[in-house]
Amino acid sequence: MINLTLEETIEKLKNGEVTSEELTRLYLARISEVEPKLNAFITITEETALEQARESDVRRKAGKTLSDIDGVPMALKDVFLTKGIKTTAASKILEDYIPPFDGTVTKRLKESGCILLGKVNTDEFTMGSSTENSYFGPTHNPWDLDRVPGGSSGGSAAAVSADECVFALGTDTGGSIRQPSSFCSTVGLKVTYGLVPRYGVVSYASSFDTIGPITKSVVDAAIVLNHIAGNDPMDSTSTTVDLPDYRTFMKEDLKGKRIGIPKEFYGEGLDPEVAIVIEKAKATLTSLGAEIVDVSLPSTKYAIATYYVLVKSEASSNLFRYDGIRYGHSSLKKQETRDLRSDPAGKNQNLEEVYLESRTEGFGDEAKRSIMMGTYTLSSGYYDAYYLKAAKVRTKIKEEYEKVLSDVDVLVTPVSPFPAFKIGEKKEDPLAMYKADAYTVTINTAGVPAMSVPAGFTEDGLPVGMQIIGPMMGEGKIFEVASAFEKAVNIKNKKPNL
Amino acid sequence: MAKLTQKDVENIAKLAKLDLNEAEKEKFANQLSGVLEYAELLNEVDITGVEPTAQVTGMTDVTRSDQVSSEKVDQQDIQVNAPTFEKGAFKVPHVFK
Repeated sequence: MINLTLEETIEKLKNGEVTSEELTRLYLARISEVEPKLNAFITITEETALEQARESDVRRKAGKTLSDIDGVPMALKDVFLTKGIKTTAASKILEDYIPPFDGTVTKRLKESGCILLGKVNTDEFTMGSSTENSYFGPTHNPWDLDRVPGGSSGGSAAAVSADECVFALGTDTGGSIRQPSSFCSTVGLKVTYGLVPRYGVVSYASSFDTIGPITKSVVDAAIVLNHIAGNDPMDSTSTTVDLPDYRTFMKEDLKGKRIGIPKEFYGEGLDPEVAIVIEKAKATLTSLGAEIVDVSLPSTKYAIATYYVLVKSEASSNLFRYDGIRYGHSSLKKQETRDLRSDPAGKNQNLEEVYLESRTEGFGDEAKRSIMMGTYTLSSGYYDAYYLKAAKVRTKIKEEYEKVLSDVDVLVTPVSPFPAFKIGEKKEDPLAMYKADAYTVTINTAGVPAMSVPAGFTEDGLPVGMQIIGPMMGEGKIFEVASAFEKAVNIKNKKPNL
Repeated sequence: MAKLTQKDVENIAKLAKLDLNEAEKEKFANQLSGVLEYAELLNEVDITGVEPTAQVTGMTDVTRSDQVSSEKVDQQDIQVNAPTFEKGAFKVPHVFK
């Protein structure tokens, strides 16, 4: 039952073959069983989940289900604010933070009747590509426990791939949904910037952050997207257009489709085993009737530099709110217990010290490094040389994608230059870690959508995902290619040996 | 331009409100220098006459009507996260001495 996709689970609930409570208990049992090996969850909300499940069953009996996904157990990356439930962003600085409100997407899923199993692991403040930067320890890849699940939505991808939930939500700022999906053999959708509202989601880089589903199949992602996408008055960057039912884009062949292959994604640095899987994937696409077109994206060379200058600048600004004053880890409490007799009015409490101590104690290395870099690139004297320059290169990147995507339906590329690497292998070399994002960061820079869909495995059994890139608001085109490909490749029932 | 000295790192840390020890200053100086040097790749790009992109939606001046939201938040829910709270207010150190 727990290895079923969302689409299949919906049928079982509808037919009465399983109740939401039974299903939730099965998933909670699975979580207990595999968590010691995976460490995908930061918080497991067992009581809340069972309560929500029972309420769902009552609704279903009365014929009053809230939506097609009423009663479905899911997990949320621990950057989605959940009212009354600890939300940590995998950081010591938010270790005990209990949000006073639900984010928009949290609310939308709650109002659809979904069951929250818990909050899953991520790199601290979603900064990272391996989930090793978490204050709560790394998550392990279910396909090989010595390896990373990818990041930053490593907890989400590992949980879905190990059947610890029916689906999960992640965030993608530079590849954080797609890369872990590629490493864990799940479907991961990075939406068009602005399609899914960001209100109530911990920010990393406000002009790059997106929210999206990580699922067991392509149609599952469409079902979830139907529930989370759409305008939100609390997010001024959220789309105002009417949206389609994404399930209508499922296809079985690709006759008439033009698929662009950008040569810059296939050169030096690409692991030969990944190349083999992607070549086979291209052959599959051709056999489905698609026309393969060679294209070029020369700005790819500058993608990482552009991305990291901009993203770290925005991050340094976003992380300034963690100051030990309104919420989060604070040295203020410690100061409270300083000698009250000699300093009853607290006049010796030093504001600057509170900022310094709270932030220094609360942030991990990558967060500190990010803040430092962003502070430098935005500082007077360096703003033009770094930030402004990168912002201008961003315009060129965006225009280039628009031009190339106006001539083809989608682009197809690898997601990552290599499959899941070993835990600890890249942690001490930030630049090497950044360069690993070569194939994903340009997409966020341009704002376009892209999906990672499972394409195959290496000789050692490590998952390899294929990236399908669409034009702005072109999720439909991506779903068409992904659904037909998934059917032909037929590996969605392959599970890790846990 | 790219090689950061310990003094540079100290200045940045001060702006960023972070307190680093000697080992961290050296580590970050090296790591950040590496990344910033890599960023100089951007000097190769011709950006004459190009406008910067602040965000990719193309939307401008998004507004909503000036009406009070119906969403309520309980003081209790906010208080639980406050480092120090007294008589319904956040207690903070002096800003001015």
